[in-house]
Amino acid sequence: MDAELRIRDALIAAIRKLPDKAERLIHKAAAEETHPSGQLVLNAIEENIRVSAETGLPLCQDTGMFWCLASIGRDSGVSMAKVEDVVIHGAGMAAVEGFYRKSVVCDPVYSRVNTGTNLPPVIVFENIDGSDVVLHFLLKGFGSENCSGVRMLNPTAGEDGVVAAVADIIRIAGGKPCPPVFIGVGIGGTMDRAAVLSKKAFFSSSDDPLAMKILSAVNELGIGPGGLGGRFSALSVSVIEEPTHIAGLPVAVTVNCWADRMAELVFRKGEL
Amino acid sequence: MRRKLDLPYVEDDLLAIEPGDEVILSGTLYVGRDQVHKRLFDAINEGRPLPFDFQGNAIYYMGPSPAPDGFVLGAAGPTTSMRMDPFTPLLADHGLKVIVGKGPRTKPVVEAIARTGGLYLQAYGGCGALYSSRILQAETVAYPELGPEALLRLTIHDFPVFCLIDSRGQEYIR
Repeated sequence: MDAELRIRDALIAAIRKLPDKAERLIHKAAAEETHPSGQLVLNAIEENIRVSAETGLPLCQDTGMFWCLASIGRDSGVSMAKVEDVVIHGAGMAAVEGFYRKSVVCDPVYSRVNTGTNLPPVIVFENIDGSDVVLHFLLKGFGSENCSGVRMLNPTAGEDGVVAAVADIIRIAGGKPCPPVFIGVGIGGTMDRAAVLSKKAFFSSSDDPLAMKILSAVNELGIGPGGLGGRFSALSVSVIEEPTHIAGLPVAVTVNCWADRMAELVFRKGEL
Repeated sequence: MRRKLDLPYVEDDLLAIEPGDEVILSGTLYVGRDQVHKRLFDAINEGRPLPFDFQGNAIYYMGPSPAPDGFVLGAAGPTTSMRMDPFTPLLADHGLKVIVGKGPRTKPVVEAIARTGGLYLQAYGGCGALYSSRILQAETVAYPELGPEALLRLTIHDFPVFCLIDSRGQEYIR
């Protein structure tokens, strides 16, 4: 199938159906939450998932800003320009045919006129080994994105400093980002690189010891589903680390709401 | 406790509702978010007429996704309330004191709700499909040029929310 159409179809589906892992974690939390108010919220979330599946309506009206990590195989022979073109066209078709809310404005400070297309997407490019081109999309709602942030820690802050910094960002977020949240953590690089890693982290595994420590610390905050209290403030934490400067320890956090919407597409050599 | 509230409300109905109550709304609900709040705020300050009667009516912080064929609206869940906080006290003092949104409020809003005997109700965040299924009718009242941020009037049925601030200004403690 044409690359643009594959992207369109994946993005139309992504705002209606959560990744299996996210859905499993929500149902597990609903079964295990003991706080009565937190339980009410998780019941509503489960009903929402059911209604969305039955009606085809998006899970949430904030269908998000398109964020795309484009990983281009060094042996793929595919240019950045080609990838940019298919991403923009595929996303643009999805916004129209998938009934996305038009949530993007062109001039952030002054006129704030809506672009009317949900475009442009944010695209981050990287090279990878091999001949595949891999596209990872986040549908970034801004109730949660407004709670994301970066902290530039001292180089000696260590594990405790990192855990405390992430927990503090989530504490300040409280009920605003539609908890229980999914958390991406990017550590190292420069300020901006850590921020990119914090989004890339959503596509990596979430079972390393640091991620588990952060998850425990966040869930001890007691924010709970909807911010109404309970055991489940976050459902998952993923961490990516990269080299950084001797004088610093950048820590970036991207917060995703419980509606952890994303898409992944792999194009083999010659398909794009 | 589970309670029902019909909209438009009568003052006595607000008094029974307490923080931590699950409240089931039915009736007429107005919709406005960031830009609508700025416009209502400016209209009051400049002495211009308001696009709907604040007395007895409630406002919902929401901007829907587009309605597919056969639907009244697309997904229609709440947006974050705190962005409306700079405008809320003045609007509450002019009668718009029963609010449906999401997340915490700042102190001036808590004080305004206490002063006016209003309510702050939280809708369940991200549950846009669920809320859409409880909306029977929707019409644009003002500012259609704002697109998904236009001022709407909804007819709702069995619309579940949660009381965070009651008419005495008591706040929900988790």
